[in-house]
Amino acid sequence: METLLQQIINGLVVGSVYALIALGYTMVYGILGLINFAHGDILMVGALVALQVISFLQEHFPTMSPVLMLLIGLVVAALACMILGYVIERTAYRRLRNAPRLAPLITAIGVSFLLQTLAMIIWGRNYHNFPQLISTAPLQPVEGVFITPVQIIILISSALLMGGLILLVNKTRLGRAMRATAENHKVASLMGVDTNRIISTTFIIGSGLAAVAGVMFSSNYGVAHYAMGFTPGIKAFTAAVLGGIGNLGGAMLGGVVLGLVESIGAGYLGTATDLCNLPHWLQWASLTQTCSNGGSFELLSSNYQDIFAFVILGIVLIFRPTGLLGERVSDRA
Amino acid sequence: MPTNDKTPILQLQKLQVSYGHIQAVKGIDIELYSGELVCLIGANGAGKTTTLNAIAGTLPIRDGQLMYQGQAINNVPTHQRLRQGIALVPEGRGIFTRLTVEENLRMGAYIRDDKDGIEADMERVFTMLPRVKERLGQVAGTLSGGEQQMVAIGRALLSRPKLLLLDEPSMGLAPLVVETIFEVVQTVVKEGVTILLVEQNANLALEFSSRGYVMDGGNITLSDSGEALLANPKVRSAYLGEEANVA
Repeated sequence: METLLQQIINGLVVGSVYALIALGYTMVYGILGLINFAHGDILMVGALVALQVISFLQEHFPTMSPVLMLLIGLVVAALACMILGYVIERTAYRRLRNAPRLAPLITAIGVSFLLQTLAMIIWGRNYHNFPQLISTAPLQPVEGVFITPVQIIILISSALLMGGLILLVNKTRLGRAMRATAENHKVASLMGVDTNRIISTTFIIGSGLAAVAGVMFSSNYGVAHYAMGFTPGIKAFTAAVLGGIGNLGGAMLGGVVLGLVESIGAGYLGTATDLCNLPHWLQWASLTQTCSNGGSFELLSSNYQDIFAFVILGIVLIFRPTGLLGERVSDRA
Repeated sequence: MPTNDKTPILQLQKLQVSYGHIQAVKGIDIELYSGELVCLIGANGAGKTTTLNAIAGTLPIRDGQLMYQGQAINNVPTHQRLRQGIALVPEGRGIFTRLTVEENLRMGAYIRDDKDGIEADMERVFTMLPRVKERLGQVAGTLSGGEQQMVAIGRALLSRPKLLLLDEPSMGLAPLVVETIFEVVQTVVKEGVTILLVEQNANLALEFSSRGYVMDGGNITLSDSGEALLANPKVRSAYLGEEANVA
């Protein structure tokens, strides 16, 4: 029982990070029909910029409070990523607006490589320790179940950001213009909407969220690396597809569901594939020996947790390509 | 021809529009004077919709001049043309199907920030089109074609246009709805809005218009007063579906 509760907590934390990233994918897809594969790398840039800023502050203002340092790092990272997102759309995607779908898709993959390579040149190939500015000493709300302050902050702030985004999109003039543009660029421009500006804004918001997700990711795991954006990027893309790409609520739901499945799955994957569970007559001699000594023979350890994302992606694409909250995508993709 | 000698609100001079190598509009001249209701009739593929889209800015002009209030606006982007007073109700209505009716109307007032004025104009739309008010909270994609057309026109009016371009507002609608819509068109013209109306239902269009242009194969082939065109045997046989018993 404690294991399950623990895995649910872990799943919610990682799931809300996925959700923040997935929002960027789904917003851009909704408005341009483009899968922005460089989105995961924005997250990486966010984490590394924050790291750079925090290192600078630690060196020059050693007395500054750690929380303030993290906050400054986060704000600078978010601003840097917003500018980066704007520049990428402006230089790489805008001129391909009317090109066949494959062209911007391949360009996005190219931008992804470009960002990773630049980051490698700037920050090197090594894993950097990301300073743990907020206590990671686990609290124990229930006997045997742990949650760290960092995790609590991740949960609360991502919930706030997502709530804010929902309000922005559904209740403001800008959000209305975004939804109108997503549905029909031509008619939106007939309403006086500068659709290029709306598209820029979408990239800016998505990139800002990715930067926050990157800082959360690094704060939680304590590392930053030039290629760290790839896996969460792909998983967040899976989350967006799972929820129904183009659908904001879907991205949030998909992120959380994926986080939970992955975490709970990883918690039981080892035990479930433990060959010691086989009936005796199926076990071979050396196996019986290992097992009888209290050992185990796990086919898939929890290191294999990444398979869940891709299994889910496969299943969704085969059986429900519109995702859980089903947006019509057939006319787009 | 119009009686006043002021500069036209809209003037197309040898306007050409093409899709790639295919020239859809081959150098046409059209003039609209403030407060007029003018129609553009012609068969399918004559270039009527293309002309409206070029005026509103959703299609680029290849050659010729597009003059609005005495100034060339060939290169003014679409979203700024609305700010100058040119509104288009596009072919097929162009409703935002995933937005509610109210949100659609508010999109029409996107360029405005005079809250009280917007509310007053909303009420005015509701008076002219009570059905729109009944459907206010509904997602627009669930509306009938006629209701969508009403929303599209109401939405265009909320931008307070000086020049309203209507593309086939009667298409596919029940006669009663068409009647409602043409009542609104007449009211709007009386309030001083200039209207360029594209219609396949030439009979209907000519009946309400002070003048009309006939378009064929990307060219203007005829232009006259509404009554004269209605009486013109060529027009009658080609566009009003009557037997050509004059030939």
